Amino acid sequence: MENRVISTNKLTKKFGNFTAVDSISFEVEKGEIFGFLGANGAGKTTAMRMLCGLSKPTSGSGTVAGFDIAKQSEDVKKNIGYMSQKFSLYDDLKVWENLRLFGGIYGMKDKEIAEKTDTILHELGFEKERDTLVKSLPLGWKQKLAFSVSIFHEPKIVFLDEPTGGVDPAARRQFWEMIYAAVERGITVFVTTHYMDEAEYCNRVSIMVDGRIEALDTPKNLKTTFNAASMDGVFQQLARKATRGEN
Amino acid sequence: MNAIEIKNIGLKYGSVVALQDISFEIERGELFGLIGPDGAGKTSLFRILTTLLLADSGTATVDGLDVVRDYKQIRNRVGYMPGRFSLYQDLTVEENLNFFATVFGTTIEENYHLIKDIYQQIEPFKNRRAGKLSGGMKQKLALSCALIHKPSVLFLDEPTTGVDPVSRKEFWEMLKRLKAQGITILVSTPYMDEAKLCDRIAFIQNGKILSINTPEKIIADFPYKIYAVEAENNYEILKQLRENPAVRSVFSFGDSLHVIFNGELRIENGQLNVQTEKNNYQLSIVNCQFKEITPTIEDCFMALVNE
Repeated sequence: MENRVISTNKLTKKFGNFTAVDSISFEVEKGEIFGFLGANGAGKTTAMRMLCGLSKPTSGSGTVAGFDIAKQSEDVKKNIGYMSQKFSLYDDLKVWENLRLFGGIYGMKDKEIAEKTDTILHELGFEKERDTLVKSLPLGWKQKLAFSVSIFHEPKIVFLDEPTGGVDPAARRQFWEMIYAAVERGITVFVTTHYMDEAEYCNRVSIMVDGRIEALDTPKNLKTTFNAASMDGVFQQLARKATRGEN
Repeated sequence: MNAIEIKNIGLKYGSVVALQDISFEIERGELFGLIGPDGAGKTSLFRILTTLLLADSGTATVDGLDVVRDYKQIRNRVGYMPGRFSLYQDLTVEENLNFFATVFGTTIEENYHLIKDIYQQIEPFKNRRAGKLSGGMKQKLALSCALIHKPSVLFLDEPTTGVDPVSRKEFWEMLKRLKAQGITILVSTPYMDEAKLCDRIAFIQNGKILSINTPEKIIADFPYKIYAVEAENNYEILKQLRENPAVRSVFSFGDSLHVIFNGELRIENGQLNVQTEKNNYQLSIVNCQFKEITPTIEDCFMALVNE
């Protein structure tokens, strides 16, 4: 039981008479890289918001990092990390100030923050950028820093919402190596992406269509099941079945 | 006459070089892709060509008109879809389209045939405010508004960033149909797999053009032999290969690794040997098949950046 970092049971979210997330049940194990795929409008963001304790389910239930997402949402928030392509860092703060801010928000002690800041800047090779404003960093660097910030407080699980959109090919791969390194430290990774080659880097992948999870398996098994050469082929077959379109 | 001619364009923001001596031409009716990551200089170049930004040096023409001297005429002739959604959020879908038609002295009816394919998909929501649309619908509305005055050159700045693979495919099918109507299209994208859908592409990184050609020619000109290898644990193999002096580069590509060696790879009795100019290296990697492959556009881009 303690090996399940995410567990949902018929998790559902309705907005009026529109069912954004339709009774999804799945589990994510500790140390897994779980890819959460789906077309725009399939319900990924809504599902993710519920898992992060930011939105209450209409029905069904779920636990994340051992806490009930409806009843213990504050505990959920303390034990997860989150990063998205759109928002991750404060542009007008310096590199070290961002680390200081997020560490403080998560209640870390000053000494711990100072030590960890040194470690992270060293690991990233960013020692010279300590006093650089985040807005002047290239996107690839920003995203690597944002990932470090999102796991700064050593959460049990980190949610990554399209972390590599627009990032150059080499930096995108370096980003994934950081993910592997985090997983080796025991952090579970829940990631959405529109790059289908990245779907192959996940241990298991789910594909959402019209609010439901239509497929969930390892990339290898999915390719066999759908008789496709790549995950792009799998995705195209499933996502084209969508009937509700974008709303 | 070329649709776009760019000569020695340079641009700096303070001390940061955004564009460095950029020169190339785009033919009339061409679907031309500007391929490069965020921060490469794509948007700056778009803004110069659409007369919204002045270059520090160099000249450029669009439809035979100078981007500095003839800026007013250019603005009448081009369609521009910026990377960031820039329609009026508090106008409805139909009001936005009507507004753009009116500004350019035309009507929706007059050029409806151009946008029909795209606009029909959002027409059921024509009374919805633009700010309330989903990402994919905003993208379709923005394209409709950029087309409604029947431009001769269409500029699309990262129209598919953040868009899912199915919608991306549909978007490129729309571009092909627009091209068939004779519209010249300059499109930028960070997705390397979209490059092969263009007539010609330019790779751009750090404000410099790395290469310009047809996608087929760029692949054919790839100077190395490239191998794909699949293993149980690709990440472990990747780390091993990267440490090996015989390996020039190794990158993850979906379910395999793509490897370029510093010399000739020979496989004898299951043993892998790489003969470089100076040494012969043995690779102690077992249970892996190294298969020579045709490089992808992404391989080409990364090899160019590496140099």
